[in-house]
Amino acid sequence: MAQATDQRTATTTFREAIRTALREEMERDDGVFLMGEDVGDYGGVFEVTQGLADEFGEERVRDTPISEAGFVGAGVGAAATGMRPVVEVMFSDFLGVSAEQMLNQMAKMRYMFGGKTDMGITIRTTEGGGMGAASQHSGTLHTWFAHFPGIKAVAPATPEAAKGLLKSAIRSDDPVMFFEDKMIYEREGEMPTDADFTLPIGEASVEREGEDVTVVATQRLVGESLSLADELEGDVSVEVVDPRSLYPLDTDAIVESVEKTGRLVVADESPLSYGTHAEVVARVVESGFFSLDAPPQRVGVPDTHIPFSPPLEDEVLPQAADVRTAIDRVV
Amino acid sequence: MGTMNIETAEGRLEALRRMCTIREFDDTASELFADGEIPGFVHLYIGEEAVAVGACSALEDDDYITSTHRGHGHCIAKGLDPERMMAELLGKRDGYCKGKGGSMHIADVDAGMLGANGIVGAGPPLATGAALGIDQRGEDRVALAFFGDGAVAQGQVHEALNLAATWSLPAVFVIENNQFGEGTPVEEQHHLDNLSETAEAYDIPGITVDGMDVTAVNEAVAEARTRARNGDGPTLVEAVTYRYRGHFEGDPQPYRDEEDVEEWRERDPIETFFQRLRDRGEITEEEFEAMRSEVETTVEEAVEYARDAPEPEPEDAYEDMFADPAPEIAQFAERLRADGGERGGDR
Repeated sequence: MAQATDQRTATTTFREAIRTALREEMERDDGVFLMGEDVGDYGGVFEVTQGLADEFGEERVRDTPISEAGFVGAGVGAAATGMRPVVEVMFSDFLGVSAEQMLNQMAKMRYMFGGKTDMGITIRTTEGGGMGAASQHSGTLHTWFAHFPGIKAVAPATPEAAKGLLKSAIRSDDPVMFFEDKMIYEREGEMPTDADFTLPIGEASVEREGEDVTVVATQRLVGESLSLADELEGDVSVEVVDPRSLYPLDTDAIVESVEKTGRLVVADESPLSYGTHAEVVARVVESGFFSLDAPPQRVGVPDTHIPFSPPLEDEVLPQAADVRTAIDRVV
Repeated sequence: MGTMNIETAEGRLEALRRMCTIREFDDTASELFADGEIPGFVHLYIGEEAVAVGACSALEDDDYITSTHRGHGHCIAKGLDPERMMAELLGKRDGYCKGKGGSMHIADVDAGMLGANGIVGAGPPLATGAALGIDQRGEDRVALAFFGDGAVAQGQVHEALNLAATWSLPAVFVIENNQFGEGTPVEEQHHLDNLSETAEAYDIPGITVDGMDVTAVNEAVAEARTRARNGDGPTLVEAVTYRYRGHFEGDPQPYRDEEDVEEWRERDPIETFFQRLRDRGEITEEEFEAMRSEVETTVEEAVEYARDAPEPEPEDAYEDMFADPAPEIAQFAERLRADGGERGGDR
């Protein structure tokens, strides 16, 4: 992993951090190209790729037909023959349309072929509810891909993580799913400006140190958990750990935190059953069972789809108040 | 064309030899499967040799192909080594995929062979992507997808055709219409009589050729390759052929009679090509016998190589998942061996 020598940072949004990573990697490597629905002149439905078609041309910032199985498959074929495609699937809910190419081709080619095929593809997609987009445009599906062997899955929560992890994903010879929470595109933070700055896939970040309870949070819930931790300061000391990568998962960092606090809350917007939460809890139980002073708690979507009407959507989406309830239950 | 330029007498003999090699390889695979030496599923290419050889003889060595579950013919036509293929069929460490893929997943990306494929219809998007890469890099190559008549009913095949046509990619699509999609006749799976008419929907050339005639396939694919290289986009070639064996070895084949197979055998692609070359004075009966005998030796040696090749070590199962390994795999694998040695035990 390249080490950043220049320590300067700039305040930027999550969206701009992603765009910066794309721009820097396209400048660095001619094999990198973007492909997806409306990623060109339109700039992407969430404006992430805005301006890149002007800079790099429509061949390297390629609009596709509405044809997820076709263009994800083409990305896989391009990657298998040495390119570094960054494919945008507009909403993670559409991943099912292209699942065959991801599950049976992208994930398996290297292994089935005895290790001979590099698969340097990155698939960017958006997740999460909160904008009244209803059940087919609000899902959080990252658990599927973190579960499926042969795929790496990352879900950044900050501009720094977005830039560092996306650059690592693009440079990786393994397939990486890059999950963007659409509710945090406007989130601001400090982003290292060095073009050599990357973050290793598979390393968690302790976003805030604390003594009484470990909150393992992802995506939007990282920011909400940090705000909650500020509110609880003096009452409960909360440590917030962002795994950043869902697979590989940094078990050591999480267990280390629970060994200190003795309590675990896992907050992630995926549905609760068989989920990301369950995996984090299982790893803590396997490796740090005797550090636990209270039953681990899960905060997520209670196994429903995401409904349209705001009162219904607010009801099922996990929020800071739910993390608070979980903390109260164990502290 | 590469090493098999069918426009020369030498190239025609090489094409004949490869067709014979495919036949001999798959006849042998059939026996080894029946004897229990090959695990899993085996789908044989016998009867369809003119399609793979006709198409690959129109390609350059560095062109890409994608294959199907019935891939042995494509591998041999593309120039892969029968020894390492047979070792793969037997699940040996020296096979093309170190024993991880087997018959259905033989691949050699460096040789332009992007894999046999167990998913019907998955190859055309991959070939489209390979063609996209060629286009982006500005290289003088093409990508060709082989797929069956059954795959023409798959959505992702049509998505691949649309992408390749819309972007004018250097791709060639070859339908191997062997009359059956698994165990159902082609006419029960498609409304079209000529599957190449699918091309009309994408405004690209579509042509149906005799898939029992290696030169007919070669001419169609050569033209398609030229068109692709001229920047005029993809072509859809349907090669009408027949598989002599079942969908898989062991298939009881309730869907056809032996007489149907015999009818097609009268137009056997190897026999008819040999007769044509003989009539042109390019090969004698004796020379053909000698060629067949050499091919038998080649395949016998491949079997010996495969039998003698080492089995993979059980722990090799944990290798090759990623370029940059995920620590989980080693950790989970370690827990299977409580004492660090054999799996199981008393602890």
